[in-house]
Amino acid sequence: MSRAETADSSGAAESAASGRAAAARAPSPLWTLGLLRNELSTTLRRWRTIALLGVLAAVPVLVGVAVKIETSDGSSTAGGGGEGPAFIAQITNNGLFLVFTALAATLPFFLPMAVGVVAGDAIAGEANAGTLRYLLVAPAGRTRLLVTKYATTLAFCVIATLVVATSALIVGALLFPLGELTTISGTRISFGEGLGRALLIALIVAASLIGIAALGLFVSTLTNSGIAAMATTVGLLITVQILDQIPQLHAIQPYFFSHYWLSFADLMRDPVYWDDLIRNLELQALYAAVFGAAAWARFTAKDITA
Amino acid sequence: MAELSTAGDSGDSGDTSDTGGTGDTVIATRALTKRYRGGQLAVDGLDLAVPAGSVFGFLGPNGSGKTTTIRMLMGLIEPTSGTARVLGRPMPRATRTVLPHVGALIEGPALYGFLSGRDNLLRYDSADPVADPRTRRTRVATALDRVGLTAAAGKKAKAYSLGMKQRLGLAAALLQPRKLLVLDEPTNGLDPQGMREIRSLVRELASDGTTVFLSSHLLDEIEQVCTHAAVMAQGRLITQGPVAELAAGARSRLVVTTPDPGEAARVLKEQGVSDVVVTEDRVTADPPDHDLAEVNAALVTAGVRVRGFGVERASLEDAFVALTGEGFDVAG
Repeated sequence: MSRAETADSSGAAESAASGRAAAARAPSPLWTLGLLRNELSTTLRRWRTIALLGVLAAVPVLVGVAVKIETSDGSSTAGGGGEGPAFIAQITNNGLFLVFTALAATLPFFLPMAVGVVAGDAIAGEANAGTLRYLLVAPAGRTRLLVTKYATTLAFCVIATLVVATSALIVGALLFPLGELTTISGTRISFGEGLGRALLIALIVAASLIGIAALGLFVSTLTNSGIAAMATTVGLLITVQILDQIPQLHAIQPYFFSHYWLSFADLMRDPVYWDDLIRNLELQALYAAVFGAAAWARFTAKDITA
Repeated sequence: MAELSTAGDSGDSGDTSDTGGTGDTVIATRALTKRYRGGQLAVDGLDLAVPAGSVFGFLGPNGSGKTTTIRMLMGLIEPTSGTARVLGRPMPRATRTVLPHVGALIEGPALYGFLSGRDNLLRYDSADPVADPRTRRTRVATALDRVGLTAAAGKKAKAYSLGMKQRLGLAAALLQPRKLLVLDEPTNGLDPQGMREIRSLVRELASDGTTVFLSSHLLDEIEQVCTHAAVMAQGRLITQGPVAELAAGARSRLVVTTPDPGEAARVLKEQGVSDVVVTEDRVTADPPDHDLAEVNAALVTAGVRVRGFGVERASLEDAFVALTGEGFDVAG
């Protein structure tokens, strides 16, 4: 995998001897990261992960093509933000807006669903396959394994968001003109700065998924069935999204992990309106702390019978 | 650790290290008990002592608590009460320091079907924080070679046969030089040739000084490779000790084969031999304390025509039946 590993991959006989010598040598603390690297590459080699990323990459293509067909007769998309995802009306003027539109379209469901699948599968999937007992006997260490799984899920949040953003940027550049863009506040910013804001928005969107990732990981420690954990996490996502629409529940809605998700649009204001963005990040950190602790408490005390 | 007792492939090294458990026990449990949440008592007050350097057979019908015991020893399950020490340290508290020296195959192999055999081993090795990443690939290659999977190393594990999966599981246990190997039913799913290979691998590892803890429900398997054994039934330890002693516990028998059984029985009784049983042309009895040669001479002097004369050692199966009063296949 790495240069260090491939460097001495010849001569089985004498390297077996060096393997024994190495076992006697004090292990380096850096070796503990080997599991994280392996976990990342294993996750990305799963057919399911690739399929999820494929679906996410297809969304901007669909949106872009739909907008292109809709406006091919010269008319602009009517109505603006009210009839579709935010920013959709501006796409024809500037392909960069497809990035914002695609993120706004995938954040309510596709992105968190993909994260829920990966997070829900994290522990329960290993238990289901029986590989969990061998990882623990290796010994991976329960806390180390849990932290590795959460770090991998967070890395997947970033990767998934960047897949959407990159796909949208490519489609937007191919189908629509690029150039200076107008913020929500009406000011004009250069294309370069727009690109910077797009990257910042992608990172904020990825950070918005921290909460559901922690929730999914916790659910994953409760069961030995990967499918059940994934379904529960995605079910919770849908439930919260529905409850967030019921006005009578406004007192508790600010505590739903999805409540401030669309605040990323505030990054397109000039000056940026930070309040909801900060609130979103605080809420995600709270979810990570609460459900991360719950997952740890559960997993470190659990009897592994699978 | 390495030089303690290099158990040969015969059972006679058994008497050198006793099961008393003073210092050189690799596994020692005290009143180890596991009651599952449903109230079912899976393991009940287990006192197990596995001497260093032994090939220890852990025997019992399916459902007798073997796997639960192994899971407790590996820190996967918390005991309800009692203690377990592996390599001298308490489990599950010392998993980090103990388990790198332990290779385990628990309840069959578990693999990532979408990864190749080699990548499966790379993953398990990287899970061990004290495994040197610089030697990882060579150690994986050595382990694959040792179980005869080099040719299939690049194939996806889901395409493996059960026997190949079992071998890959064994390879994972052999990624590092180990002090203790815990093998739960290692020959499951293997053909007779594969079983023979595993047995010779176990003997080879044992002669390197590795203690092998081998669970099985196959009596002859235990008898063929193990120096020591413990027998479990319904969550309780029935007996443990050197295989030779366990079998001796079931009393060996003096057996005389003769066309003159009646006469033979009379002479044997004269010689002070007790518990004489005549069945057709076989006369069996408790072996006498004095020299067997004299007994044989007495038979011949009395004109008994002797076809066969000797002491038949009891098998482990005889021992098991004597201990439990029932056949081995009766599940708990």
